[in-house]
Amino acid sequence: MNVDRVIQVEGLTKAYGDLLAVDQISFAVQEGEIFGFLGPNGAGKTTTIRMLTGLSQPTAGTARVLGYEVRSEIVQAKKHLGVVPEQSNLYDELTAMGNLLFMGKLYGVPRVERKRRAEELLRMFRLEDRENSPFATLSRGMRRALTIAAALVHHPKLLFLDEPTVGLDVAAARSLRALVAGLRDQGVTVFLTTHYLEEADLLCDRIAILVSGKVVRTGTPTEFKGAAEEGSVIEVSFQQALPQARERLAEVLPGAEVVEINAAKLRILGGDPAEVYTAIFRLAQEKDVGIARLNTVQPSLEDAFIQITGLSPAVMAQEKGK
Amino acid sequence: MWRDDLRGIWAIVQKDMRTYYLKPPAVSWGIVFPITWILAFYLRSPRGFAELVPGLIAMTALFSTTAAEAVVINFELRLGSLERLLLAPIGVAAVFLGKVLGGALFGLLMTAAVALGSILSLGVSVNVGHLVLVLIPALLAFSSLGALLCVLVREVFEAQTLLNLPRFLMIFLSGVVYPVAAMPRALQVLARVLPLTYAVDGLRGAFWGPGAAAYVDALVLLGFALAFVVPGMRLLARRFE
Repeated sequence: MNVDRVIQVEGLTKAYGDLLAVDQISFAVQEGEIFGFLGPNGAGKTTTIRMLTGLSQPTAGTARVLGYEVRSEIVQAKKHLGVVPEQSNLYDELTAMGNLLFMGKLYGVPRVERKRRAEELLRMFRLEDRENSPFATLSRGMRRALTIAAALVHHPKLLFLDEPTVGLDVAAARSLRALVAGLRDQGVTVFLTTHYLEEADLLCDRIAILVSGKVVRTGTPTEFKGAAEEGSVIEVSFQQALPQARERLAEVLPGAEVVEINAAKLRILGGDPAEVYTAIFRLAQEKDVGIARLNTVQPSLEDAFIQITGLSPAVMAQEKGK
Repeated sequence: MWRDDLRGIWAIVQKDMRTYYLKPPAVSWGIVFPITWILAFYLRSPRGFAELVPGLIAMTALFSTTAAEAVVINFELRLGSLERLLLAPIGVAAVFLGKVLGGALFGLLMTAAVALGSILSLGVSVNVGHLVLVLIPALLAFSSLGALLCVLVREVFEAQTLLNLPRFLMIFLSGVVYPVAAMPRALQVLARVLPLTYAVDGLRGAFWGPGAAAYVDALVLLGFALAFVVPGMRLLARRFE
């Protein structure tokens, strides 16, 4: 195995009866990077994590984690893995400190180091004031932070983070993202699944996009945005809400992707810019509505994602519970 | 590797003791229920009560261990925290054994209290060596049975309901209150495949003699424990597939 590759996956497949949850995916994660696994719910992100952490056996293909084969050597690999599942599942009855000490014991952290490490993590995650609070009494953001802290108690080389900021308020999510970014600086490789595109853009060094169990593209966020730049991205704001505008433009611009930002604002990805501008002006004239703003914008990762997957941000937003 | 497993088992047992032993389902089915039964039998017939002590100790062992299993396994299945244990660098077998031992220890505490209370209050004599010889494998067998059944369902109430089937079947067929020898032939055969029968028989030997039966009963109970543990481990592994 290439020593720089902490995860090496070839043709990994998971089938549940006739359903292919993960379909022959291949990718590699380099040491020290934050690797984003991006896709809507049901794309196969969690199933992939479960196979890579030994909770589920692959149906076909191979996967090596930290050099260990996941089918036969996963217990050795687990000594160096931290896993943060989507649900914060520490023990309600144990205190913040009690949970960390238990995890330390479970992972074989020596007794003398256990307490010191737990205190260090509580400080790092700004939970030192809640050291003696039962897990059940912590806020959602604190519970999430403590769940991540618990996964770090044994100094893992590789951390799996499954949707770390789902359900958190903006401030808590921002704080957690800063902590995750800090982990990379400490040399921890992070495998992050998310359907928050902006989160992936902010944190990830490289991204794989997973749709319906298949990896459709892998690259850096800059590469993704660069690819999106090859087509134009035009944003238009009308002076008032314009019902059916998205459908009308999509009808006359078959080569473009029309995305509704809000009732009065649209984003048109791809297509011939001249045709796009013409279609917008025609629509405004026809509906007798003024154009408040019309400009070409820098494509975001979301634009790239839409171009690659054909999924609308509305679908992603729904999956996020918005 | 086995050192990691042993450390993991002990960590799970300690955590379960601190976390779950005072949960309402463990208290109601594992403590209140056996004590209520014992009191009911005592009030019905205080004079003949001493004869029932081995059966009631065995019943306490059965109820307390299985009630504890429903809590230590199904609470964690529901909350997803059992998965956390399976992510640790220990085998599935270690996780299952940790749960079995956690339940057995809860049962030991309960059963020791009932046995000690009975011995002191009634002034009955007991061969302590034989008592321990039978009680430990009995606790392991019942705890393994509980763990095996609890892995099949998700919720604590489902587990308690499922557990009631073998629990009540055994109370009436295993000689807790009614001697197996006095039952119809077919029921006697059925009683021979129930672990509680051997626990009651062995404990009777420890209290009233002869003691030799205790060794056979202990061996049979260990066999039951093994017979429940092996499929239980497999079911737990399969549950997360």
